[in-house]
Amino acid sequence: MYREETIAAISTPLGEGGIGIVKISGERALEILNNVFVTKDHHQKVSWEPRKMYYGFIKNPESQEIIDEVLAVYMKAPNTYTKEELVEIHCHGGMVPLRKTLQLVLEQGAGMAEKGEFTKRAFLNGRLDLSQAEAVMDLISAKTDISHEVALGQFEGLLSREVQGIQEIIKDMLAHIEVSIDFSEEDIDEVTMDQLLSKSMDAKKSFQGLLQTAKTGKILREGLVTGILGKTNVGKSSLLNALLRENRAIVTDIPGTTRDVIEEQLNVRGIPLKILDTAGIRETEDAVEKIGVQRSREIFQQADLVIFMIDASKELDREDYDFLHLIKDRRALVVVNKTDLKEAIDLSRIKSIIGDKKLVRISLLKNKGLEALEDALEDMVYEGEGFSKEQPFITNARHQQAISRGLQSLEDGIKALENRMPLDFVEGDFKNAWESLGEVTGDTVSEDILDHIFENFCIGK
Amino acid sequence: MNFYNGGSYDVVVVGAGHAGCEAGLAAARLGLKTLVLTISLESVAMMACNPSIGGTGKGHLVREVDALGGEMGLNIDKTFIQSKMLNTGKGPAVHSLRAQADKLQYHLQMKQTLENQVNLTLKQGDVIDLMVEEGKASGVKTRNGAEYHAKAVILATGVYLKSRIFMGEVNYPGGPDGLATTQELPDNLRSYGCNMRRFKTGTPARIHGDFVDYEKMTEQMGDEENTPFSFMNQALKIDQISCWLTRTTEDTKFIIEENIHRSSMYRGDMESVGPRYCPSIEDKIVRFTDKATHQLFLEPEGVHTKEMYLQGMSSSLPEEVQVAMIRSVTGLEKAEIMRPAYAIEYDCIDPTDLQLSLETKAIENLFSAGQFNGSSGYEEAAAQGLVAGINASMKIKNKDPLILDRSEAYIGVLIDDLVTKGTNEPYRMMTSRAEYRLVLRQDNADLRLTQKGYDFGLVQQERYQRLLVKREEIEQELQRLKKKKVTARELNPILDTIGSSEVDTSLSLYDLLKRPEINYKVIEPLYAESKDLMQDVKSQCEVIIKYDGYIKKQLRQIEQFKKLENKRIPDDVVYERIDSLRTEAKQKLKSIRPHSVGQASRISGVSPADISVLLVYLEQRKRGNKNV
Repeated sequence: MYREETIAAISTPLGEGGIGIVKISGERALEILNNVFVTKDHHQKVSWEPRKMYYGFIKNPESQEIIDEVLAVYMKAPNTYTKEELVEIHCHGGMVPLRKTLQLVLEQGAGMAEKGEFTKRAFLNGRLDLSQAEAVMDLISAKTDISHEVALGQFEGLLSREVQGIQEIIKDMLAHIEVSIDFSEEDIDEVTMDQLLSKSMDAKKSFQGLLQTAKTGKILREGLVTGILGKTNVGKSSLLNALLRENRAIVTDIPGTTRDVIEEQLNVRGIPLKILDTAGIRETEDAVEKIGVQRSREIFQQADLVIFMIDASKELDREDYDFLHLIKDRRALVVVNKTDLKEAIDLSRIKSIIGDKKLVRISLLKNKGLEALEDALEDMVYEGEGFSKEQPFITNARHQQAISRGLQSLEDGIKALENRMPLDFVEGDFKNAWESLGEVTGDTVSEDILDHIFENFCIGK
Repeated sequence: MNFYNGGSYDVVVVGAGHAGCEAGLAAARLGLKTLVLTISLESVAMMACNPSIGGTGKGHLVREVDALGGEMGLNIDKTFIQSKMLNTGKGPAVHSLRAQADKLQYHLQMKQTLENQVNLTLKQGDVIDLMVEEGKASGVKTRNGAEYHAKAVILATGVYLKSRIFMGEVNYPGGPDGLATTQELPDNLRSYGCNMRRFKTGTPARIHGDFVDYEKMTEQMGDEENTPFSFMNQALKIDQISCWLTRTTEDTKFIIEENIHRSSMYRGDMESVGPRYCPSIEDKIVRFTDKATHQLFLEPEGVHTKEMYLQGMSSSLPEEVQVAMIRSVTGLEKAEIMRPAYAIEYDCIDPTDLQLSLETKAIENLFSAGQFNGSSGYEEAAAQGLVAGINASMKIKNKDPLILDRSEAYIGVLIDDLVTKGTNEPYRMMTSRAEYRLVLRQDNADLRLTQKGYDFGLVQQERYQRLLVKREEIEQELQRLKKKKVTARELNPILDTIGSSEVDTSLSLYDLLKRPEINYKVIEPLYAESKDLMQDVKSQCEVIIKYDGYIKKQLRQIEQFKKLENKRIPDDVVYERIDSLRTEAKQKLKSIRPHSVGQASRISGVSPADISVLLVYLEQRKRGNKNV
């Protein structure tokens, strides 16, 4: 179904820049801005004067997390590019704050803008001249072709099947509700609130499971930010080189995969890794015999995955042990290098500290153990998230958003059930949940449910 | 054949079933000289199938027809023998009224209304052809040789076109209940460019009430206090007659399984499509084999007849098998069939041939309604008949048609579904078809539609004034409830008695009514003012307050929906020339000719991207680009 919702997108080129802008257009633009923007003192309500820059922070209203320090500007309809209410949030240039800000705006109810959509609206609202109309139409029809391909690919894909699985649960609930409403005098056992509640809990679990994959999906899309840490001379640089030798990522011209000067991209068994601070790794290799504490802490904070290296031939010191304690709660693995030398470390003590974290013994000099290391990396990415490679991942922000909205509606429905609202009200929420999922699979609801009713219930005069 | 001039009318309505009656009355009441032709005067408003009006979704339609100034609600209120509000255990949006009718009285009462209607002529006549001049309908021709000239024609022929009756190995041409059928008209319509299809429906047997063992059945009584269909009526005093519930037995199943090969449908005699929501008993046995028995309702057909309608047992088995099958049902061991069950096939138009006004695309000034349009049910027919009657009149008066959208009425949903999506089976209304169900309640049909009916000239002053008063009273009552505060001390004892949680501070009655367990009855001791209020006003206020959040959510969705609905598509758009549209979309748009972008977005095969392209195209056009 076509909808005119409030839309948002990152409207500056992808990649690192001084600033990046998240643009929101539509009736709810200002409302959404108000939900996520706080002033310096975090309290003051802004009475937005159009076209004036305001300084403040983007804050997640639920988790209270501060995402970025920003400048925001509100432009009043119709004097804007799209002729709609328009908001721009100027973030710091890095992709992380930009993406997080956009994500938050989407969570607040904006739809992800499609390619050319701001321009399309500008045209429809009379802002652009006729000569640009053709271009807009071409853009839309070009997009259809691409999304058609994508849709086909996804249809055969795992995600679609998973989503359909949830849809099936919901469809079944809807059919039960509808049949008890529209065919109330037929001799069909009416579905009870408790049955519905238990089914909707099943659906909720699947929803949550699916949304968790979004994190892994993002890793698969953007790469797992990886830090290699350890004392000087432990072999960080050699490990990097060894990994690179076999796995150097092919850098494509797809936006967002642009190589960063301080990152190396590599691809281990299909898992993209972004190794942080590779310059640092090389530079500090021959320096003082000490973990660069400050730098290590920074990397440690940023990384999705920590590889902590130790030297098998040297006894560990206090700092090493402190670090082992730190990584206990993180996605991390310990690499013991130089196993070709006489072992001086207390392996059992190390193992007792790190618990179930993996420990891999390698010798970079003898080129031994790399295979095991890659095994361990792979296991960590998939199993750490509780998924196998055969399971689906949400890799598309629009899908993630649709699924989140679906979960929200489902939860509304559960709440309504718990409050003993009449079934026809509850049904509305479940139908919304189904329809949100339909945005991923491209299905529409009403005929489907009728089909389901007539297939499964014996009704009629 | 030589035809004589039978006279000139503004509107000629073909058929006097539930659609034809509403169409004829509407046109006549709008001041147009109207002729209603029927194949038999005995079949005016005949209930050929179940003896009841309303039910889930359908009850909503009847109330909407009433609010717009139609006749069905008034007619059933005069002739019902039992009435029941269904779904009262669920939310107000799906409460549905259903009344058992005295079939004969219903027919006579409606016939009388037609006979007494100024501007309306009712005649027996079998229409075999249209008169068409330069693509415009200009009258009809009858089998007896009359030509009736008209400015607009409304086809409401029901199941009478090329109909064929099926009962096991037996099948023959014929209309329902032994009435005649018309062979020529559908072929002539085809020759004028209408796309015709073949549908099927069926009806169960009628049995003699004296040979029923009611001791073995469960009595189904009506509501103690009945709700009238018409907003013009108050609860009516009648002696209600009961229906009866019983079940088929294992024997029934056995008899049907033994004879299934003799059923017309399983013999493959019929090629048409029947409705999924009313399968025959043999269909139910075959498809749901694990179900040992099925429930049946016995419904009385009226006060002056012993005929009982056997709901749940429609069939196309041979008469001989029907006797055995019916006698195997608990309590029907000695049953006597008065009329056997049969299936019937008939010709109807593909409703995507129609515009939202119910005017056909092929022939100007030709309108159609009811089963001819691929729907099923008296209420669906009446709703379309009313709209066709109004719109034929508007066409003649050169005014805009009445088009209700999906957020305004079930009637809007009905017509939009038929015209935009088409249908593969006789279309029946269900509440699940309405996206905005919470707003389209049967209790507020008058508040939604009476103004429209008044604007179009069908609603009279009395009804209109009644609406204005009610609307005003609701508004005042809501304000009163907000202002009226009650203290915790006054309130808590009452809350205690009904197990509702106590309050700490004083509370407005408005906020109090938000609680699911609180209603006017509960607050009455604290609220003397409420005694004089109309029950109707109270229940409106309760619904508005209790479901406020849900209703607001739906109103927001409606606002979104309206945006695209209000973007009109001019009639002369040439879709082939919009390059960026996909081919499938071009074809679909060309054939449906949607009247708004919203309607276009509901056509299967038209994608959101196509809609974007269409929007851009329309904007270009609006700005006067010569190239498009």
